[in-house]
Amino acid sequence: MAVCIAVIAKENYPLYIRSIPTENELKFHYMVHTSLDVVDEKISALGKALVDQRELYLGLLYPTEDHKVYGYVTNSKVKFVMVVDSSNTALRDNEIRSMFRKLHNSYTDVMCNPFYNPGDRIHSRAFDSTVTSMMTQVC
Amino acid sequence: MVWPVKSRADSRLGVQLFSCYRVGIPIATEVTQNPDVVVSVALTWITELCGATRLGYFGRSQFYIALKLVAVAQSGFPLRVESINTVKDLPLPRFVASKNEQESRHAASYSSDSENPGSYSGVIPPPPGRGQVKKGSVSHDAVQPRTSSEQQEPASPVVSPQQSPPSSPHTWRKHSRHPSGGNSERPLAGPGPFWSPFGEAQSGPSAGDAVWSGHSPPPPQENWDQTTVRTVASATTANEIRRQSSSYDDPWKITDEQRQYYVNQFKTIQPDLNGFIPGSAAKEFFTKSKLPILELSHIWELSDFDKDGALTLDEFCAAFHLVVARKNGYDLPEKLPESLMPKLIDLEDSTDAGDQPGEVGYSGSPAEAPPSKSPSMPSLNQTWPELNQSSEQWETFSERSSSSQTLTQFDSNIAPADPDTAIVHPVPIRMTPSRIHMQEMELKRAVSDHNNPTSPLLVKPPDLSEENKMNSSVKFASGNTVADGYSSSDSFTSDPEQIGNNVTRQRSHSGPSPDNTAPPPPPPRPQPSHSRSSSLDMNRTFAVTTGQQQAAVVAHPPAVPPRPQPSQAPGPVVHRPVDTEGLTAHTSTSPQQIPEQPNFADFSQFEVFAASSVNEEQDDEAEKHPEALPVSPVEKSTDPAGALRGAKTESKTEEKTAASAPASASKGTTPLAPPPKPVRRRLKSEDELRPDVDEHTPKTGVLAAALASQPAIPRSVGKDKKAIQASIRRNKETNTVLARLNSELQQQLKDVLEERISLEVQLEQLRPFSHL
Repeated sequence: MAVCIAVIAKENYPLYIRSIPTENELKFHYMVHTSLDVVDEKISALGKALVDQRELYLGLLYPTEDHKVYGYVTNSKVKFVMVVDSSNTALRDNEIRSMFRKLHNSYTDVMCNPFYNPGDRIHSRAFDSTVTSMMTQVC
Repeated sequence: MVWPVKSRADSRLGVQLFSCYRVGIPIATEVTQNPDVVVSVALTWITELCGATRLGYFGRSQFYIALKLVAVAQSGFPLRVESINTVKDLPLPRFVASKNEQESRHAASYSSDSENPGSYSGVIPPPPGRGQVKKGSVSHDAVQPRTSSEQQEPASPVVSPQQSPPSSPHTWRKHSRHPSGGNSERPLAGPGPFWSPFGEAQSGPSAGDAVWSGHSPPPPQENWDQTTVRTVASATTANEIRRQSSSYDDPWKITDEQRQYYVNQFKTIQPDLNGFIPGSAAKEFFTKSKLPILELSHIWELSDFDKDGALTLDEFCAAFHLVVARKNGYDLPEKLPESLMPKLIDLEDSTDAGDQPGEVGYSGSPAEAPPSKSPSMPSLNQTWPELNQSSEQWETFSERSSSSQTLTQFDSNIAPADPDTAIVHPVPIRMTPSRIHMQEMELKRAVSDHNNPTSPLLVKPPDLSEENKMNSSVKFASGNTVADGYSSSDSFTSDPEQIGNNVTRQRSHSGPSPDNTAPPPPPPRPQPSHSRSSSLDMNRTFAVTTGQQQAAVVAHPPAVPPRPQPSQAPGPVVHRPVDTEGLTAHTSTSPQQIPEQPNFADFSQFEVFAASSVNEEQDDEAEKHPEALPVSPVEKSTDPAGALRGAKTESKTEEKTAASAPASASKGTTPLAPPPKPVRRRLKSEDELRPDVDEHTPKTGVLAAALASQPAIPRSVGKDKKAIQASIRRNKETNTVLARLNSELQQQLKDVLEERISLEVQLEQLRPFSHL
């Protein structure tokens, strides 16, 4: 039930961002952008970079009245940010984790494509379909 | 529509005309340079109708339609697409060769035709067969495009593809040409570099021809049509034509020729057909096709099934096929067509046929057993973990030790608990009472060495606490009790402890395997061992014990042997690794124990004898004696049991040993020393206690008292007691056996759980990302 899913590169520029409500996308973009600060804060707080899923999954970054923002960071410091609608029956943490896991898997597939240059925007249709499934399913 | 065969000249003309037309609409227009505006308009209209306008060139089908329309026009019918169908008996369109070279000829012919609408000289392409001849006549240069196009056109009729296409324009589709003049000479520039790799290897054209024939393309013109098509990078055209004309063909199917070509290309990159082409190499290769990176990326996504970043032969063929198709104008599918699925890659390919049953239907079975890709297909194993991710991940091929395979193997290989550790709790042999007794006796013997202060109940605890060497002392004691019980005559089942010990021993004995895996024999064992080696122990005790004891011991040793014997079976003893010491002791004692049986009578003697000495040491040995006594008689009675007994005794001894060992282990040799003493003493007192055994309660104190009090109970009474005691003993033994089994099972459960945990940890480690 993500309303917005974004993949941010290590240098904090977006590789992929997509939101469901096509209107007001700018708001989501802004939310994602601001959440990056929280992500960085959490990353630095973790200190030792343990390759632990728990650490990869950052959890709720911050809630707003309408939305909750969840974060996830990969080992290569690529961040996934997911904005979910608060009105949705509270998604369980596990569900969020599984969604991030799927995202990560799809992202890995994208990276495996030799024609994809890391740092490029993600145009993979498979990735798109994964994201779509998550967004529609969620909504 | 059936086009009558034309004369060669006509055909040639037709070819030329077509080639001219193939160039593109402008050419067609040009051809019809003839000033006949109407004709030009008509031609334009015709081209539009046949779809060339849309395509930008005349494909085969377009050409045919165009010709038909020309015929229609020439016949004076309104130019309509439907007219083609409605007007059945269209005369052949007549084209008049132009004077110029091909184009001009065409133009001329065309123009002449146009001028003479109705007059067609009919450059009717000869039937497909003839077409080939025509092809010969046509010299197309576009080998490359041809080959490529042919490659991808399964039905590409263009056979004589090898022939250089005529100078007709070989232009890639979209070739928007122009003046007739140059077309023919126009070589294929664009595709050249890319197609060069494809090169000449392709024999597609020939296949194409055949296909053409199969297609029975409409007008014979198709033949040269095809040559032109070939020459032109009209793979697309051909495809289109194919599509239009041969709906039954799967556009994605890879023909043999194509496949062979792909395989050859694969070999240039990766000599091993079962190997992979790494992503980087594939990227370079496919980049040569000059397709946009985005499309190449998409093609890669489609073709790399297992998402491992490398291409197997099948994947490579699929990717290549997609590239070719894309180059020819086919849009890339969203999902990989079935015919390109690795497993299914060439249905017609016999080599592939057998391949992969497995791959079939992979779409969702990442975990499929290694699909059988074509033998030549390397399987991308490593992607097992990735396979988990998407439904499209295909298992690797059986040939390869695909990760999937490995993974599957891994999965299936979840290390089962060792067979040794496998819970093999052999149910303890249900010893006969006699056996039990024997064992008990052994145990008692062994236990007799140990102090028997603990109640018989200790026997059980030892069983349970076998694993816990904590109770070594207790076990030790229990062992003693058992021994004591044994020592006491059979009738003296005195002891539940004894029985328990016996049972314990039996258990240990009976469950060799469990013993192996089972937790270390309980401490009590050591006692038994001691007791077993009662002789040894006795010896030790001899050394240790006081003179009196020694005397008694001396007397007892003979009695002791019988007990050890039953428990001799070193087997069970062996199972108890912990018991080693005790076991040996057991074994040594076991033989002795057996003899004890015959010594049963001796016990009586001993009783007498012991009575004398017991008094002195009863306190200590009283308990043991009772145990020993019953043990000995038991042993004796169970002599016939032989092996079982031996085993049982061993078990007993093991138990004792276990008890003693742990005890000893934990406590050093000291416990061993004392046990022997008690054992001996028990032996001594056994005789004495036999009669007392019956009366003895599991309590050691009682035993002692009994010993003291009943040295002279007649045997008859003892026998009754013995019977009771025997039964009690049996029950105890059973209990101990079961308790031991339980403990062993629990231990095994723990082991299994640990294994499971370790496996889970490994699994987590193996899937760092998917885990995420």
